[in-house]
Amino acid sequence: MTLPALFFYLFASMTVAAGLMVISSKNPVHSVLFLILAFVNAAGLFVLMGAEFLAMILVVVYVGAVAVLFMFVTMMLDVDFAELRDGFLQYLPVGVLVGLIMLSELVLVVGAWATSGALPKTEARAPIPTDVTNAEALGRVLYTDHILLFQAAGLVLLVAMVGAIVLTLRERRAGVKRQDIATQVARGPATAIEVVKVRSGEGIPG
Amino acid sequence: MTVSLEHYLVVAAILFTLGVFGIFLNRKNVIVILMSIELILLAVNINLVAFSTHMGDLTGQVFALFVLTVAAAEAAIGLAILVVYFRNRGTIAVEDINRMKG
Repeated sequence: MTLPALFFYLFASMTVAAGLMVISSKNPVHSVLFLILAFVNAAGLFVLMGAEFLAMILVVVYVGAVAVLFMFVTMMLDVDFAELRDGFLQYLPVGVLVGLIMLSELVLVVGAWATSGALPKTEARAPIPTDVTNAEALGRVLYTDHILLFQAAGLVLLVAMVGAIVLTLRERRAGVKRQDIATQVARGPATAIEVVKVRSGEGIPG
Repeated sequence: MTVSLEHYLVVAAILFTLGVFGIFLNRKNVIVILMSIELILLAVNINLVAFSTHMGDLTGQVFALFVLTVAAAEAAIGLAILVVYFRNRGTIAVEDINRMKG
């Protein structure tokens, strides 16, 4: 067995096992940790396929941001997760049925396609160059042919950011002092300073 | 023994099925449902990159990048909605989400 095949089976089995643990573990915090394991192993698969940039992006975005977000929310919400697991086995049969049907269909599609011969030979829109790194090749394609989609992705992220802030920002109860920048900036010597004549021995009146 | 395209496709198929199965299994817990959706999107990404490598075309990897973007945005918005919902109702059970009677 060659080394790439060995690593493929290592990463693939770990990804599938971690995915299984994500959906079956009792504690959602464990689910998040197994999700991280699944993502890291999927990044290994990406490296095996020669998509190094996507593999690193997967680690940075998913493990570094999304999984941490999941972990944060899971730990912040005071939810009785044991109660949420009531009826866990109630939908197991129909879930197994649907899952098995879907898996067999997908495998049949792959099998039928594999036995029917190779892919139709089409001209590659953006052939993978062999003389530059994966990141550079991806950048060349991304910033030229797909610049509109790249901008759209940025817009999606912007909308997501604004949406998340709008959803979770809330006005505090009355009585909590907040910063009002406009009043602070508009404050001048006329409103800020009061000159008081203090006579000796009397102090400040009032 | 070489690793062919079909190997990756089968791994992606298993991951996709696990994601769908997870939605059935944890149908009360929104957090695990969101994690299952992430698994499904990961399977899609594996498919895209596998075909991209097999056909020698970088476009598949570009598309996988966009799927990644949408997945990150979806997780952020979904979890924000979850936090707001928990603040209002004190629960995240899926079957209690019936305020709009949809």
